[in-house]
Amino acid sequence: MQFIQTIYTIWQREFVRYWRDKTRIFSTLFQPIMFLVIFGSGLKQTLAAGNFGVDFTQFMYPGIIAMSVMSVAFFSTISTVWDREFGFLREILVAPVSRVAVAIGKTLGAATIAAIQAFILLILAPLIGIKIGFVILPQLLLFMLLLAFAISGLGLLIASFMKTTQSFGLLMQLLIFPMFFVSGAFFPLTAVPSWMSFLAKINPLTYGVDAFRQILLDSQIAPDVLAKLSLHAISINALFLLGFSVVVVSVAVTAFNKKS
Amino acid sequence: MNIIRVKNLAKQFNGLTAVDHVGFEVQKGEIFGFLGPNGAGKTTTINMLSTILPPTEGEAFINDFSISSQKDSVRKSIGLVFQDPSLDDQLTAEENLKFHARLYGVPSNEYKKREKEVLQLVDLWDRKNETIKNYSGGMKRRLEIARGLIHYPAVLFLDEPTLGLDPQTRAHLWDYILKLKREKEMTIFMTTHYMNEAEYCDRIAIIDYGKIVALDTPLNLKKQVGGDIIRMTSGQKDNLKAELEKRYQQEAKEENGMLQIEVADGERFLPRLFNELDTKIDSIELRRPTLDDVFLKMTGRAIREEEVSDKERMRRHMRMGRRMH
Repeated sequence: MQFIQTIYTIWQREFVRYWRDKTRIFSTLFQPIMFLVIFGSGLKQTLAAGNFGVDFTQFMYPGIIAMSVMSVAFFSTISTVWDREFGFLREILVAPVSRVAVAIGKTLGAATIAAIQAFILLILAPLIGIKIGFVILPQLLLFMLLLAFAISGLGLLIASFMKTTQSFGLLMQLLIFPMFFVSGAFFPLTAVPSWMSFLAKINPLTYGVDAFRQILLDSQIAPDVLAKLSLHAISINALFLLGFSVVVVSVAVTAFNKKS
Repeated sequence: MNIIRVKNLAKQFNGLTAVDHVGFEVQKGEIFGFLGPNGAGKTTTINMLSTILPPTEGEAFINDFSISSQKDSVRKSIGLVFQDPSLDDQLTAEENLKFHARLYGVPSNEYKKREKEVLQLVDLWDRKNETIKNYSGGMKRRLEIARGLIHYPAVLFLDEPTLGLDPQTRAHLWDYILKLKREKEMTIFMTTHYMNEAEYCDRIAIIDYGKIVALDTPLNLKKQVGGDIIRMTSGQKDNLKAELEKRYQQEAKEENGMLQIEVADGERFLPRLFNELDTKIDSIELRRPTLDDVFLKMTGRAIREEEVSDKERMRRHMRMGRRMH
């Protein structure tokens, strides 16, 4: 019971802090929109010439959602480093509670925030001509949570080793862009060099992008085009993300426990 | 049964001895102080007693729970105010308290009552909905004390509670700490390197280079120095000097134009002095020995000079540690 209460208490604090920080909400919502508008309209003309078979903005939109999940989840785990830097982590660590519960609470907090932000981005769909039926909402939400949980676990793992928020921020920047570029968000991964294909295989974002694309573009574009753009079955994507989350969160919890 | 029992407790960091086999007991309702310069091992001791650091050697019991094998029970038994602030300044005072209370398993139907009780104790009840970033340094410290009390601990640990506060706020904070002892009979274990603050403690352990060099009430410690100091001036200084030395069988030292003698019980001695002296005196001053004098006597150094040269002390300590191992 205390275990659940600890998770809830830690989770709730993460959420309250997120909600109070309007600048953070605004800028993390604005960033993906900017990407979509700039890259979408910039590359649309160039790529329309090729035999893509799909509108580029529509192609990129699922990737933008995945990117939003990733960056928000990563940057939410910064709170662990922040807590260490500003002394609040000591208050948590001397409490008579399980550190496993603390780490799970932190991960869930970051994951929830990331999923909510991504969910908000769904209001953009009609603007780029994608219809979202109520049936696919639960599916989308499930993948948002799965991806958010996987990335938050990864973030917590890194945060366990970081002493200052600056170094954490820098490392995040260093990770986010390669992960984003090698995820299939910008271009299909069906005809890329084998090294990139390998990186894509171990990149959790790839599975998120792939799932979002299949769910969002289903019945929007020709099935054979979508099939060509897709990598795995939706269930495989879900399984990978679940497995990845379990592994990475377990390692993160252990590292957090040891390092603190 | 004493609420804190420490036996032969020691902590080494990479061969450097931070706490060197200390032992002491603290009674219920007592304010027990650890007095010593920075780097003497005060915070390390608190960290061991609060289960943050495992001891290298020795054992300690808080509220009858072992700090090594019953960590969670120890943690529930203590309230802790760290040297550095540890509040979430984006949350309100109430949210900080609620967070703490939940982690410590305070029953939710009890919470409201306790929140009011601890916040009133530190006079922050009417500011509970403010965000901490608007709080002053003194208010933050008071809130941390309130937070440390909300789970009804058996002992409150205060690590340099007045560090970084201005003298007025510092005095004010002490009013709250003394009120806590008076109204709640709270046992308080605190560290300080301010001599005048150590005076508030019921008992003090003087710690230097990780060792307890003296442990007693402030009064008894000062008695060990040798007595009260009486200094006087006179127009006929030479006559006075001769008379003092003849009558009281000790050298009357001259310092800054004043003659000084040391006596066992200054307050009782003064009337006697006035009756007995034939030489006329112009002014007189009775000075009690301070804890500074005690520290000087025990360690051969003044604690004040250490305050200005932390780094130097640290270096010296390291050298000493290396020599010892």
